[in-house]
Amino acid sequence: MDSIRHWMLGPQGSAYANNVDDLYMFLVWLSVFFFVLIVFLTVYFAWKYRRRKEGVLTPNISHNLALELLWSIIPLIIVMGIFFWGFNDYVRASVAPNDAIEIHVTGKKWLWAFEYPDGTRTIGNLHVPVNRPVKLILTSEDVLHDFYIPSMRQKTDVIPGRFVDLTFTPTVPGKHQVFCAEYCGKSHSDMMANLFVDSPEVYEKWLVEGDPELQQMPPVEVGKLVYENKGCNSCHSIDGSKNTGPSFKGLYGRMEKFADGTTQMVDDNYIVESINNPQAKIVAGYEPVMPTFQGLLRTPEMRGIIAYIKELK
Amino acid sequence: MADIITSPHISGHADHHDVDYLHDGKGLKSWLTTVDHKRIGVMYLWSILFMFFLGGVFAMMIRLELLTPKETIMSAETYNKVFTLHGAIMVFLFIIPSVPAALANFVLPLMLGAKDVAFPKLNLFSWYIYMAGALIAIAAMVTGGVDTGWTFYTPYSTTTDGSVALMTFAAFVLGFSSILTGVNFVATIHKLRAPGMGWFDMPLFCWGIYATALIQVLATPVLAITLLLLIMERTFGIGIFDPKLGGDPVLFQHFFWFYSHPAVYIMILPGMAIISEIIPTFSQKTIFGYRAIAFSSVAIALVSFIVWGHHMFTSGQSQLASAIFSFITFFVAVPSAIKTFNWIVTMYKGSVAFNAPMLYALSFLLLFGIGGLTGIFLGAVSVDIHLHDTYFVVAHFHYVMMGSTVIAFLGGLHYWWPKMFGRMYSEPAARIACALVFIGFNATFLPQFVLGSRGMPRRYYNYLPEFQALHQASTVGSWILGLGFLIMAGYLFASLRKKMDAPANPWHSRTLEWQTASPPITHNFHEVPSVGGGPYDYYRPVGTGRNA
Repeated sequence: MDSIRHWMLGPQGSAYANNVDDLYMFLVWLSVFFFVLIVFLTVYFAWKYRRRKEGVLTPNISHNLALELLWSIIPLIIVMGIFFWGFNDYVRASVAPNDAIEIHVTGKKWLWAFEYPDGTRTIGNLHVPVNRPVKLILTSEDVLHDFYIPSMRQKTDVIPGRFVDLTFTPTVPGKHQVFCAEYCGKSHSDMMANLFVDSPEVYEKWLVEGDPELQQMPPVEVGKLVYENKGCNSCHSIDGSKNTGPSFKGLYGRMEKFADGTTQMVDDNYIVESINNPQAKIVAGYEPVMPTFQGLLRTPEMRGIIAYIKELK
Repeated sequence: MADIITSPHISGHADHHDVDYLHDGKGLKSWLTTVDHKRIGVMYLWSILFMFFLGGVFAMMIRLELLTPKETIMSAETYNKVFTLHGAIMVFLFIIPSVPAALANFVLPLMLGAKDVAFPKLNLFSWYIYMAGALIAIAAMVTGGVDTGWTFYTPYSTTTDGSVALMTFAAFVLGFSSILTGVNFVATIHKLRAPGMGWFDMPLFCWGIYATALIQVLATPVLAITLLLLIMERTFGIGIFDPKLGGDPVLFQHFFWFYSHPAVYIMILPGMAIISEIIPTFSQKTIFGYRAIAFSSVAIALVSFIVWGHHMFTSGQSQLASAIFSFITFFVAVPSAIKTFNWIVTMYKGSVAFNAPMLYALSFLLLFGIGGLTGIFLGAVSVDIHLHDTYFVVAHFHYVMMGSTVIAFLGGLHYWWPKMFGRMYSEPAARIACALVFIGFNATFLPQFVLGSRGMPRRYYNYLPEFQALHQASTVGSWILGLGFLIMAGYLFASLRKKMDAPANPWHSRTLEWQTASPPITHNFHEVPSVGGGPYDYYRPVGTGRNA
């Protein structure tokens, strides 16, 4: 039974996920029961009363009040029970406890940005301590998105011009997947994030120092991680193919032509400017769609991405 | 209803007044200017079948693209346009008009013993509106396409490139076709029933179409207004839905689903209506619980207007609203259960034959069972929060829209094909095609329930490697499904090349459309039929009704 449950629903990340799965599995077995009943009755009647002779008259069985009430009232009672079960879990999961950590989340085409109570900001990676309620306060900068954490069985639409919240209490340490579940255009399916559920000590340390592995890595490696985790890869290829933005391949040291006719050699300062103030210079042939990353990259990360672009000849 | 007191000449020796409707007038012009509901039904049929083919090609492209993560045969931009067009075509150009405008147009007046619908010219006009809408939709496809999804959610739809305004205008125009068809059928059912036919002497098909027509007339204008507002925002920058212009994107969703949830029942009720005909005919048995089925149709139509918020549990609407919508939604389960059990029990002590239409009806019972039961998952708020916008929803609505409505439509098409074209198709080929469609459909969509439960979001071009095995199973299923449809197209077209060979009543049905020639004469019946019994009086010999 447990293996069926795990195969159908994937990993659980919280006690609430287990509640949802209980109802889900109840519904699975209820559906199996009624489906088998429907199949059995259909096949049994169809075969038992199959036509053996043409042109026979059949009995006039027009209705049976008791039977019809039976198959109206039994489903009604069952679905009312299901309503209260689902409603009850939903309401409890909607209310954030007072001690919840509040983290602000911004969705934009096509990345997730996070801002922690101490001012730490990240893109694509959300760190939370285990066994503590988390209240995400979410908004969007452009179109509708939807922040979906399958292992927490939680999601909410993220709406421009409005703040919504999403609460969960992670109990399983490790990496959890986050998807965008509201269609938002070209790279909708790449608009993912990682949720890291850390022990409280690791979480506190991370808030101060950032990702520990970054400190020991060569800048090119850091840059590769930045490229993959901060959303650069949604729009910039590394193989020279054209995407929403120019490819990083062969970018460094090239004379770039802009929409206003001017040109500039791509160097460190140009890259920094393009990341912090992307609308300043628009490369000819591309749309001005890149959001600013001002304040979102730590200095080693900025150095890393420059080194990475340099490497891509 | 078999008891027609004034006997029609079923043999139909044709003098020039009595020629069948297919031969009453030659050439394209005689078709384009006809006001005969049967010819209009046939014109609708070919139009929607073409659209079904187009939507089907898009569906096959989607499944092929999803064979592997990242690019398989097309880019992300193309994929987004393809799934949008698949949805928009299937919903607005195929399923909504499929049963009402094509099949019901043909058989409803015949079933009522009428010469035509109440407003024949309006009927032709609504076909022209449909064609105009279809042409506008095709124009939108070739002038940039649309990548919003068929739901046109704002503010994405008001800010993206492409022919969004044109496509929404097409849906706007198509809505009028739908409204006019609805008005026509309501009037026809109220005023043109044959002498002696009370409301409860009508075949249940008419009840289903009546309930559908009510929704078409009452809900479609809301869609029209919504799409108009969308076009105004997109074209003139009038802020209604986009927060940047002072609007509210969730308002769009309320408007949209206020129509589109009832539209789900515009799609499913006619399917149910067909099943209510096929099962008694092929069981040669009185339908069980006539009134329960009739009232269930009307009940579903009424409830359908107050459950739209169940599409929006994650949209940011208030928790109270979600709770109320969830509560009301569960009431849809009851009439659905009533109908299902009534259909099954109708076979009890019947004389069941397994011709192609009945095989579709039996498939319907199983597939609608799955579609309905998985709907309960989505009605429960806590489970829906997890499953919303995942493949579970995709699988669920395909079981209802395709597994139920389209399967019922195919059942109806096979059931009335001899009446419409006067020719029988190859029964063995039809059974093989039905089996392939059934197997292919389940192979395509069953894996998607698991995909969705495991968290795979819908409208994804790229996906994580762990989802690939189930996606591939689904894609292989779509090939089996496609093969079934190819065979179907083959034997149906082949039947049209034969000489007319269909008897007036090949299935020994008691409803009125079978009491005239196949194909019927232009005026349907030689004399106005007078009805002396119920539509499913299989317990007494033909001609022994209360007027006899």
